[in-house]
Amino acid sequence: MASLDQIFVTLKAWVLGLLPETVQPFAGVMISISAIMAVFPGIFALTTVVERKLLGRFQNRPGPNRVGIPLTKIRLAGFGQFIADGIKSLTKEDVVPRNADKVVHFIAPFVLVVPSFLALSVLPVGRNMAALNFTETGLLFFFAIGAATEISVFMAGWSSRNKYSLLGAMRGIAQMLSYEIPLILSSLTVVMMVGSLSLVTIVEKQTAVQWGVFHNWHVFTPWGFAGFLLFLTAACAEANRTPFDLPEAESELIAGYFTEYSGFKFALFFLGEYLGMFAISGVAITLFLGGWSAPFTFLDWVPSWLWFFGKLVGFILFFIWLRGTLPRLKVDQLMNLAWKFMLPMCLINLVVAGVWHYTADWNDLIRWPLGAALLALPYWIFSRRFESRFQTRTYRYAS
Amino acid sequence: MSDARNQLYQIRPKVAPDGAELEGELLEVSMGPQHPSTHGVFRMDVVLDGETVVKLKPVFGYLHRNHEKIGEGTSYLSSMPYTDRLDYFSSLTNNWAYALAVEKLSGLVVPERAEYIRVITAELTRLQNHTSLCGFLLQDMGALGTPLMWAFREREKVLDLFESLTGARMMCNYMRFGGCRCDLPPGWLEQARKLVDEYPRFLGEFEALLSGNEILMARSQGVGRLSPELAVSAGVTGPMLRASGVDYDLRKVDRYGIYERFEFRVPLGDHGDVFDRYMIRVLEMHETLKILRQALQQIPEGPVVDPKAKLRGFRPKVGESYGRLEGPKGEIGFYLISDGSANPYRYRVRPPSFINLTILEDMCLGRSVADAVIILGSVDIVLGEVDR
Amino acid sequence: MIGTGIAKGLVLTAKNLLSTYTDKERLPTIEYPDEKQPLPEASRQFPMLIFDGEDEMKGLRCTACQICEKECPPKCIYIVKSKDKRVDYKGQNQFYPAIFDIDYSVCMSCQICVEVCPFESIKMNTEFELATPDRFGGLLVHKQQLAKSNAHYQKIHPTEAAASDAAMAVEKAKAEAKAKADAEAKAKAAAAKAAPMPSASPEASPETPKPAVAAPKMPM
Repeated sequence: MASLDQIFVTLKAWVLGLLPETVQPFAGVMISISAIMAVFPGIFALTTVVERKLLGRFQNRPGPNRVGIPLTKIRLAGFGQFIADGIKSLTKEDVVPRNADKVVHFIAPFVLVVPSFLALSVLPVGRNMAALNFTETGLLFFFAIGAATEISVFMAGWSSRNKYSLLGAMRGIAQMLSYEIPLILSSLTVVMMVGSLSLVTIVEKQTAVQWGVFHNWHVFTPWGFAGFLLFLTAACAEANRTPFDLPEAESELIAGYFTEYSGFKFALFFLGEYLGMFAISGVAITLFLGGWSAPFTFLDWVPSWLWFFGKLVGFILFFIWLRGTLPRLKVDQLMNLAWKFMLPMCLINLVVAGVWHYTADWNDLIRWPLGAALLALPYWIFSRRFESRFQTRTYRYAS
Repeated sequence: MSDARNQLYQIRPKVAPDGAELEGELLEVSMGPQHPSTHGVFRMDVVLDGETVVKLKPVFGYLHRNHEKIGEGTSYLSSMPYTDRLDYFSSLTNNWAYALAVEKLSGLVVPERAEYIRVITAELTRLQNHTSLCGFLLQDMGALGTPLMWAFREREKVLDLFESLTGARMMCNYMRFGGCRCDLPPGWLEQARKLVDEYPRFLGEFEALLSGNEILMARSQGVGRLSPELAVSAGVTGPMLRASGVDYDLRKVDRYGIYERFEFRVPLGDHGDVFDRYMIRVLEMHETLKILRQALQQIPEGPVVDPKAKLRGFRPKVGESYGRLEGPKGEIGFYLISDGSANPYRYRVRPPSFINLTILEDMCLGRSVADAVIILGSVDIVLGEVDR
Repeated sequence: MIGTGIAKGLVLTAKNLLSTYTDKERLPTIEYPDEKQPLPEASRQFPMLIFDGEDEMKGLRCTACQICEKECPPKCIYIVKSKDKRVDYKGQNQFYPAIFDIDYSVCMSCQICVEVCPFESIKMNTEFELATPDRFGGLLVHKQQLAKSNAHYQKIHPTEAAASDAAMAVEKAKAEAKAKADAEAKAKAAAAKAAPMPSASPEASPETPKPAVAAPKMPM
């Protein structure tokens, strides 16, 4: 099914063939840009609806189920809700507080959205389908752009001249900066093992076959598994999703750093956050879950972009599941988690990756438990320290 | 902040390790009265040093409706619907407390079946109140509504029972002086038994979701400690007092109604923090189910109101009385002074939430804003009662 | 180990999610106004006045005794007595309300007016979809709108209506027995008076038909 796999590549080449030589590079860029700007906001729109419906089902209530096609009675089980939301956010009055710093207030949403789109462009969504293939600096580019989105949080909070927003912004910046470290350190193990920063190369390395039928995903190794969990937690924190959604903690600060935004700018913030979530899930998939490759060789016939988007959907559902279940962490607990638990675990993970590399010729049945034990021991020590402070209690009754 | 206010909030300046003085400003935030998690129109003026609470002033009165003054102008029977609206989550216990006060004044005797119905409805009220509170507390902690919606799903079953008995889900207006307003409709006891049989499954789910959850434990253990001495001297009652370790449950102390006939235990906490208050309420729900099982089994037939009770032209004797009982939030009491006329001379309510709120500042000092919100949630206030 | 509590919670939520698709009780939402939940019999919303028979105004049971007006906690009932009297179901002459207004926006559905009414005439209706854009007089309901037939009352609250009808029948029987006893006593007195004065007997006779006129003509 190679033709289905490469269908978008052949489509793009065909369109470029229709245009004159001089325009072709420019046109190629425009096609890639429009593809990204069509696909990912489309996924965003569907995600908002699916999230509300799934959160509703977690809470034993149907989510939105009335809006199908707006202005008609066709229901479509509520999947047209994003159209209604889009129209609403476009037509709402744009309220800017009188004391607000107008320029900063205006450009903050754009500082969030534009780097998110840039970050999405380096993801290899299929075989030969990365819009930007930086052979030397792919992953570095991604983290640099991701860090640029963090300033928008602070810009939004500061320019609103509102105590609640300021509190939310400060919490947000502290959280995002702290979680950059475990994020980068856990991806460092992958770079170490693959030997290249290019995302396309990382995925191609994971298409190698091991044990006959498995593709060599990094998550099937002990350091990859631990790295995956660490990266996932850090990604959750970077994307401001529950249980790390302190900057937007609704029950305390109404909406945190974007309290004073309404209408289209609020929609842009929303879009930027979700795009950030997709981008970081995409990188997690690329680094640990084999990108666009299938887990088993007998499933190789499914197109690569379908695998990638399937895994992305799985990540989205997992984030929604977390949001529907867990309470929120407090700010000092969040910081403790990042600096005192995840940072040491990431460093230990680096050591385990090194051990794995130097024992490449040992039997797998010995390597895997060895690596797992090297990681489980510190985890167990940390658990004991946690449990000594917080444990389930038994209660006495009055006699 | 101006100099005068700086004087008011004179905090010792912080000193860096090398001896230099650190300058900082205190941030004064007013949380409320329109706020998603202050359980009603309640305002807290907090002064923050970074994220730490340095001073907290609760401001309420936004829901003051002159309840006690209206009571002076209304007859005894007509005040009964107003008592529903005090702690609007537990209207039946408010009704019963008021009926107790008036029965003490007038010497009416309540028949057996009415006593059993009173106990059953009061315990159902306690059940749904604690269920909602556990849901609200977890909502405050950020669990985004999942436990809250499950709690409300179960609460609706209890409210359905109330509606088929009294006619209204929350504003029940059911107790009368000398008994209850009307008898149980056919099929009510079976429905109540079915609810009591199915409730433990929901409680089990709740506990599986939350009682071992590390995030919940880390956020609530050690937060908002209340020492038993401070609790007793501040007049705190109810689950908050028992979570601090003081054994004081009016159902065992006063033995009002027919509570002596039922076997149930009173859970006590050791630390007095938010986690203890939450767990005590969960354990109390188990005990409530025990009482309900016994009462639903033992309920006899008979009249539901004292034949000597009058609806029209009710005039109790001259005197004063204080009727109190263990409501879901604490001791709710009604103090009545009667001068022999159709309206009371003085009508005073002892609201448990109001008195439990007086030590909010002591519990919140030194903790962060997020903690202040959960501590307030664990006090379990209802503004209808606080402001009357 | 840290994480086990969280994992247990996640499994529970996932099970809950899947069971909303299979178990009807797990998704208790009723999509109002397409589906409506049937209200229990005891449900009370706002008061209504009961009339017997076909004619609203003639059959109205209310006698304007104003007890409900006095007992109403938020004082939402306004009654003006009529100047003349008419006969009620027990055969007694009673006033009737010239004006009977209830302000539904003030009424708190406490049902005290129903409990204190001695004539079984004000009862609770079950209609609550009364939203109106007129915020001044839209919820001020007058006698004509308040009057609902006994048949309607029997449909919405069957047990209560049966008890109310039984109570009224008892009262009516008592009133009839009393009226009969009164008539017999009067007849005896008239006969005793008539016996020593035979010339006065023609005047005595017109008195006897009076109890027959006082017998109730209104069907129950």
